[in-house]
Amino acid sequence: MRLLLVLLALLAAIAAPPARAQDEAAAREALAVLAAGNLDAMEPAIGTIARSGVPWAEPVLRGLLDGRLLARQADRAVFLRTPEGAILEVASGAPAEVEARALRPIRINNRLRRTLEGALGSLTLASPDRTVRLAAAEKLFARPDPSALEPLEAALAREADPAVRAAFARARAAVLLDHGEPGARAEAATGLAESPSPAVLGKLQAARRALPADVDPATVAALDAAIARVETRLRLLEFAQTFFQGVSLGSVLLLAAIGLAVTFGVMGVINMAHGEMVMLGAYATWAVQQAFRAFLPGALDWSLLAAAPAAFLLAGAAGWAIERGVISRLYGRPLETLLATFGISLILQQAVRLGIGATNREVVTPSWMSGFVEPVPGLALTTNRIVIVLFAVAVFLLLLALVRATRLGLEIRAVTQNRRMAETMGIRTPRVDALTFALGSGIAGIGGVALSQIDNVSPNLGQSYIVDSFIVVVFGGVGNLWGTFLGALTLGVVNKLLEPVAGAVLGKILVLLALILFIQRRPQGLFALRGRAAEA
Amino acid sequence: MARAGLGRPALLLVLVGCAVLLVPVLNRLVPEGSAFHLEDRLVPLFGKYLAYAVLAVALDLVWGRAGILSLGHGAFFALGGYAMGMYLMRQIGPRGVYAHPVLPDFMVFLNWQELPWYWYGFDRFPFALAMVVLVPGALGFVFGWLAFRSRVSGVYLSIITQALTYALMLAFFRNDMGFGGNNGLTDFKDILGFPIASPDTRLGLYLATGVLLLLALAVAIHLRRSPLGRLLVAIRDGEARARFLGHDTLRAKLFVWTLSAVLAGLAGALYVPQVGIINPSEFSPAASIEIAIWVAVGGRDTILGPVLGAFLVNGMKTWLTGAAPELWLFVLGGLFVLVTLVLPKGLVGIVELLPRRRAPAAEPAPRPAEATGG
Amino acid sequence: MAETPRTLPGGRLLEPQILLYLDGVTVSFDGFKALDSLSLVLEEGELRTIIGPNGAGKTTMMDVITGKTRPDSGTVLFQGGIDLLSLDETAIARLGIGRKFQKPTVFDRLTVAENLELAIQGGWSLARLLAGRLEAAAEERIERTLETVGLAELRAEEAGRLSHGQRQWLEIGMLLVQEPRLVLLDEPVAGMSDAETAKTAELIHRLEGRHTLVVVEHDMHFVRELGAKVTVLHEGRVLAEGPVDAVQSDPAVVEVYLGRS
Repeated sequence: MRLLLVLLALLAAIAAPPARAQDEAAAREALAVLAAGNLDAMEPAIGTIARSGVPWAEPVLRGLLDGRLLARQADRAVFLRTPEGAILEVASGAPAEVEARALRPIRINNRLRRTLEGALGSLTLASPDRTVRLAAAEKLFARPDPSALEPLEAALAREADPAVRAAFARARAAVLLDHGEPGARAEAATGLAESPSPAVLGKLQAARRALPADVDPATVAALDAAIARVETRLRLLEFAQTFFQGVSLGSVLLLAAIGLAVTFGVMGVINMAHGEMVMLGAYATWAVQQAFRAFLPGALDWSLLAAAPAAFLLAGAAGWAIERGVISRLYGRPLETLLATFGISLILQQAVRLGIGATNREVVTPSWMSGFVEPVPGLALTTNRIVIVLFAVAVFLLLLALVRATRLGLEIRAVTQNRRMAETMGIRTPRVDALTFALGSGIAGIGGVALSQIDNVSPNLGQSYIVDSFIVVVFGGVGNLWGTFLGALTLGVVNKLLEPVAGAVLGKILVLLALILFIQRRPQGLFALRGRAAEA
Repeated sequence: MARAGLGRPALLLVLVGCAVLLVPVLNRLVPEGSAFHLEDRLVPLFGKYLAYAVLAVALDLVWGRAGILSLGHGAFFALGGYAMGMYLMRQIGPRGVYAHPVLPDFMVFLNWQELPWYWYGFDRFPFALAMVVLVPGALGFVFGWLAFRSRVSGVYLSIITQALTYALMLAFFRNDMGFGGNNGLTDFKDILGFPIASPDTRLGLYLATGVLLLLALAVAIHLRRSPLGRLLVAIRDGEARARFLGHDTLRAKLFVWTLSAVLAGLAGALYVPQVGIINPSEFSPAASIEIAIWVAVGGRDTILGPVLGAFLVNGMKTWLTGAAPELWLFVLGGLFVLVTLVLPKGLVGIVELLPRRRAPAAEPAPRPAEATGG
Repeated sequence: MAETPRTLPGGRLLEPQILLYLDGVTVSFDGFKALDSLSLVLEEGELRTIIGPNGAGKTTMMDVITGKTRPDSGTVLFQGGIDLLSLDETAIARLGIGRKFQKPTVFDRLTVAENLELAIQGGWSLARLLAGRLEAAAEERIERTLETVGLAELRAEEAGRLSHGQRQWLEIGMLLVQEPRLVLLDEPVAGMSDAETAKTAELIHRLEGRHTLVVVEHDMHFVRELGAKVTVLHEGRVLAEGPVDAVQSDPAVVEVYLGRS
């Protein structure tokens, strides 16, 4: 049988028809070999088909891999079944008139499967579809196949798209790294180091281990240099990623803390229910989204925009009520104010727990906030975090403008700097106190809108941020908005940088201890005592 | 301000002592059928209240007297409790679930091979007792020294005490700290050789806590009547002025602060064997703030106030968390608001206001002085 | 303790009769000079009044002497050449420098007698504060002081119930009971009725000779009543110094201070 085939092949070679037709004939021969089902003979046959360049090579080989290439026992004719079940002629791709029962799938083994995958990989390198070519390059990069080197180089030579070219080059380097000559390996390593990723690092390290003992030192040095370079770049990327996470955490802290900075700075009282203002804001976001779902399902994506003012008003109103009802009656007694507002926080939490439920409420992330951005290869930043950072900065700038440029801002500054003087100048300090408190609480509510995107909306939401908010305000200096801004970002970044070194919990403990020691060092610098606390 | 005659503090002690004895009397002397009989299972509950009362007296020493509102006293209480818990764990010996002769169950579970160095010595009661005093005392001393030296006071001090207990809570939640992590220390078997769950042991622990409370009150009474007690009031109302009189206010504050920390630690040590467990939630900032409300409800800077407040608030908590658990947090929160707004002197304050109404001096209402810069 | 006389900037030694020596003391707050190289010399047993318009630096000067404010530059020496700038408030108080603030700051929740006791106990050790009692001599001192300031009948009264004038006298009493070398009185008659002012002047005259006194005041009537040597401060500097009459006729003083009222 095999002899016959070899003879036929020889005959075909001698006959030497035009290359195309010759290849086509060889491919048809090889098809017949496949139908015969001899596993040993199938391997070269697969190669023949793959190299032939016939248009049906790819579907046939894929069919063989997926068990959809069928042979008719009687005459060893070969047909292709589509995934949907239709049976086609191999060459024309037209529906075949054939009795399905007479057909049997051609069986393969694992060795052939690998051969097929390699063959298909190089076939798809030539696909007219850009995404298919890219995918093929990625696949070859992940599992380098020495037999693909030749088609890869050919594909590289004719490729015009720069992104695909880069992918091909990387795939080629990966193949050479594993299977090339030492010199080629060194060159490939240097090339790969240009596009650092954890995968590249893994490949380089594996290749370094696989180098034979007697390989020349230059190759070893080249690989080591490439590994070092990739490691450095990766560390940089990792640092950038951590830094961004820190900035993101910092912006969340900023949203939670600036309201506190305003009330603390102006009135010198600590509002232990401040975290609950954040919580109310998050629930307002949820409620607004529920309303959109019910009445404006088309605009669901934009419910967050409506939630921001709602959260501001709800939390602001709550803050106003707390100031008028409780805090204004405890003038000059900061410790009692602290205790009373703690009581309010307990009541608010429990009210939400009973009224809405103790379980987490889900706030859906709008489509424009999902996904990620990749400013540099290997650095993926999630969109919602970026939006929150921008949002926090915007809220901060808005507050800054309000304090600097409005009448209320002027009055707030006057009361912060010298309450008694402000009173004698006719500023109604109780009104300023109430408005300041409402403003600070409202901003906390807006912070809740942002937090609803990254944290669980639950009655305990505020508790997780209150301690951090205090730390931010204390770090940044009371009554100093820029200090709060820098304090929040510093704390966020320090927290995230410490996390990989010390673990999340230990990192937090270290930050708290640092705060306690920091206060020892610079109590005056941190606490620009103003407002009520200074007079008490 | 209680300006009592000589006999009154002693009378108060006798009064509290009699109240403490009520529990053993109702438990042992009143026959079981009687309506006034106190069941065995309620003894440790009252023992727990007594420990809380000691804790409240400790907080009142610094808050009521010296005006230092600690929101971290739970930390000292818990540290004392952990020191006692470590002794109780070592007493279990090979009777644990894993029957390891030395290692407590949770260490065996974590695959630890040997006892961490800081667990050494806790198999001996005197050592454990020394730690009950020394660990909270040392932490209080170091923290107080750092804070008072840099003149951190008022709400700032409150906030950093809260940060302190919060940091400790996070630390004790970690398994690799070697204090049982989340679950804490529990499954105690016996104390000083007495089975911990037997009614006799429990009554003994109750009485020991009662004695501690009387001691704490005696200390508080003596402090109030000493020149130091007056100095602390002066520090509370005008620390700078007290400094100008030549008083070393740092030393006075540090002394009463450390004393208070030690008392809190002792309270924690007696609390643990009666409730049978100590875990990191004792360090939670909310638990520490609750202590302040006991004191506020009873009456700050009074002798009986903290004791009364601890019993009332915790009694209400026990009853409400059983009868209507969803209401408890409303009540607790309401207490915080109500007491600060309406009852700044607490319940004892009402009583003290009743009998004495003195005529004010010749010219009342001091005119405010001009605050002009010279 | 540096008991040996210090060499002064001029090369002179601090003479033994000099109790307080200020030279070139400058204090600035955010660029504003509250004291501008102020110099002042005070002799043992002297009664000195210091006047000046608002913002002249009177209170800041007291703050520097008592250690509440640290000057940017300058020398402040107490008798025997003790450098006050190297000591804190408590240590300075223990040297025997007592100060009465503008705002009366007696302890409202303590009785009159307790306030005086507290003052006498400044510097007591912790053990003594815990267990100690007043010696008979100290009790006597309290009695005498109560008589001097005229509060003997009100000894058991809570200080919070005293009138404004009585509180001022109690505060002066709290200074006196410590037997200070130097008494600084910051506007002792501010807010007092005429009768109280007269009584206070009487009290100060009674103290003259027993203590070295510095009275800061801007009530000219009261200053005249005291009839002591006057130092006029203006914009952080000494404008004039001398007997009341001489100062009052000084044209520069009339210009900046008396001319206003």
